[in-house]
Amino acid sequence: MVSLNPQGQPKRRPLPSALKPKPQNGLYEKKQPIFPRKIDGRFRRLKWGIMAACLAIYYLTPWLRWNRGPYSPDQAVLIDLAHRRFYMFAIEIWPQEFYFVAGLLIMAGIGLFLVTSAVGRAWCGYACPQTVWTDLFQQIDRWFDGDRNAQIRLAKAPWTASKLARRLAKWSLYLLVSAATGGAWIFYFADAPTLFHQVFTGAAPAIAYSTIAVLAGTTLWLGGFMREQVCVYMCPWPRIQSAMLDEKSLIVTYKDWRGEPRGKLGGKASGGDCVDCNLCAAVCPTGIDIRDGAQIGCITCALCIDACDGVMAKTGRPRGLIDYATLEDSEKERAGAPPTRHAKLIWHARTLIYLGLWSAIGCVLLFALGTREHLAISVAKDRNPPFMLMSDGAIRNAYLVKWRNMEDRPRPMRLTLDGIPGATMWSEEMGKAQAARQLTRTIPADQTEPLRIYVIAPAGTAQQPLVFTLTVTDAQGGTVHYDTRFDAPEGGQ
Amino acid sequence: MPEETHNSKRIDEATNTETMGHEWDGIEELNTPLPRWWLYTFYACIAFAVGYAVVYPSVPLLHEGTHGTFGWTSRGEYAAEQKAEAAQRAPMLAALAKTPIEDLPSKPELMRQAVAGGRAAFKVNCVQCHGAGAAGSVGYPNLNDDDWLWGGTLTDIQQTLTHGIRYPGDDQTRTSLMPSFGHDKILTPAQVQDAASFVRSLSGLEPKGAAAGRGAEIFATNCVACHGPEGKGGRQFGAPNLTDRIWLYGGSHEQVVGSITNAHAGVMPAWGQRLDPVTIKMLAAYVHSLGGGEAFAAPTPVAK
Repeated sequence: MVSLNPQGQPKRRPLPSALKPKPQNGLYEKKQPIFPRKIDGRFRRLKWGIMAACLAIYYLTPWLRWNRGPYSPDQAVLIDLAHRRFYMFAIEIWPQEFYFVAGLLIMAGIGLFLVTSAVGRAWCGYACPQTVWTDLFQQIDRWFDGDRNAQIRLAKAPWTASKLARRLAKWSLYLLVSAATGGAWIFYFADAPTLFHQVFTGAAPAIAYSTIAVLAGTTLWLGGFMREQVCVYMCPWPRIQSAMLDEKSLIVTYKDWRGEPRGKLGGKASGGDCVDCNLCAAVCPTGIDIRDGAQIGCITCALCIDACDGVMAKTGRPRGLIDYATLEDSEKERAGAPPTRHAKLIWHARTLIYLGLWSAIGCVLLFALGTREHLAISVAKDRNPPFMLMSDGAIRNAYLVKWRNMEDRPRPMRLTLDGIPGATMWSEEMGKAQAARQLTRTIPADQTEPLRIYVIAPAGTAQQPLVFTLTVTDAQGGTVHYDTRFDAPEGGQ
Repeated sequence: MPEETHNSKRIDEATNTETMGHEWDGIEELNTPLPRWWLYTFYACIAFAVGYAVVYPSVPLLHEGTHGTFGWTSRGEYAAEQKAEAAQRAPMLAALAKTPIEDLPSKPELMRQAVAGGRAAFKVNCVQCHGAGAAGSVGYPNLNDDDWLWGGTLTDIQQTLTHGIRYPGDDQTRTSLMPSFGHDKILTPAQVQDAASFVRSLSGLEPKGAAAGRGAEIFATNCVACHGPEGKGGRQFGAPNLTDRIWLYGGSHEQVVGSITNAHAGVMPAWGQRLDPVTIKMLAAYVHSLGGGEAFAAPTPVAK
């Protein structure tokens, strides 16, 4: 939905001012360097906190241990592609249970909708990896080059040896951060301590090194150099969010009715609260001026709110000239109503619908996880030939029976034949001399064992249904069935 | 079309964006320039495409395409994959080459691999006659059942595979020749009919009536040498067991009469001339695994 201007007319979002064409520009726009100024405030502190949490989750998760007994890996979160298992704490997902992962991804998608509905582009502003790493790289810039003005001076300075040295040092740290970013990723796919050792001794598989190289390269490129260009030009999410924001969405708003006409404190044009200090634009990590209105470059990181609040405090005016607000609420405020509390703005119908949907899927997944069987049987009947006539007229069918034990310990199991009086079965390994109505076997922990089974029935047996039953004979027990068919020549011949 | 002027640039109210300065019938264009890095990305893609076209085969010419400086071909890649695959299987094949087929059952892992290899080789060499499921058809034996003309142990099967059946040019080929009793006038047509009735009565397909009674005498004179006094056949001649339910050339009265009149003499190639011993070993293991394979000891009785 297109946001509305104060007259209720649809209003197109202008380009970020950094991207606004200069008159002499032709068809192509040079990237405008952005030097966001350091700022402190409650949103900046929140952003530091979320950044620390995100980085901690990313780097530390693979190192968490989780005891699954002697037969399974003890890494809490592990995507074991080689053995086709996905471990997440107490949950173990097999390939045929991939719908759990699909469900999680759907929850993540609806979660983004939910967050957008409740708090606007908070994902963009705080938790998106592009934002987190851009923030990190911008902090590195400040460590090496100083704050905004020093950075601008250095950028304009000629390429002397000392500037080159400073740049090389900074880019080396960029590269180090990028390599660490790519390096952490691979630990989700193998035992972290082992792989860590392998990576540094050169013993890790080539795919590990190439993954590190590719992710380090993209991190360096996207976080170190492309930064806001990713948000404005590459990422589809801001475009999707443009369609999801409406007049009830929380956005960062400059209250122009309060700020305008802007002007220097005590100056001629002064009258509004905005002292035209441009601090809000100087701190913006995407280089926009929020006073131009809502725009696609605004990731709602709220650093301009921190900047403006500081200035308002210094000039003795109430905070919130730039603030989180909905368009609807802004209109009320413009008409003289007091601002609505943020907590109240979050809860509207769309948020509740998304929350309901999100929780419902979560509950279904949890229920399915809690009640799923850790025992399974699957039977594939031989269809070429469908049946086999033996020399004494007996009829034989062959089946591939898979015994699946999803517990993390070996389990004794018994396969029984239900139906067809007089029929017996034997497996490829035992030979037909031991043919019987039931077979026993111990299936190792966390394994599927395929076993070719021959079922033989006396001459004259007609085609009929057949049921294989798999029973676990340990204390925990458990039974599963598989309905299949016994084929025979027509008329039992 | 109005003349384009460069001084009509203005800032568009609704979008806060500058216009390009030209106007056609009231339609203006906003200046939203492409980022320059995007342009460079295009250039990089073009450079990549040119490089790709140089190193890989890409440009079609009249009779063939350019070869590319890397010399890559899909056939070459396939050959390399085959080579890698062969290298991976080499230890297994070497172990199989060393292991006599009699010892395979005591090495389950090697047996499994041999069966898997045999399954692949069967699909290439054997399905033409024996069918994809090895179920055969009239004249082509079913390899899944427990009825073997020349023996169903691993060594028997290996022997049959290596030297074939009635295959010219192989001294050790399995061979036997049933006379064409009707065609060669050894028996009269009526005698052939009677013999067929007797043969069918052995497995209960026909009642033991007068015709079968006459046929019994004919059988005793002409057939027992190979098929045995009870009609149970004999593997030294590849003579089928006539008392069971399995008929290689069909069990109807007409089909049995046909077989006695014009004897069948099926031929199987001596695969030893075409395949290496390891492949034959794997094929033998696969055929043996199909459910009818016989152990080396006395044949185990069929389960009830």
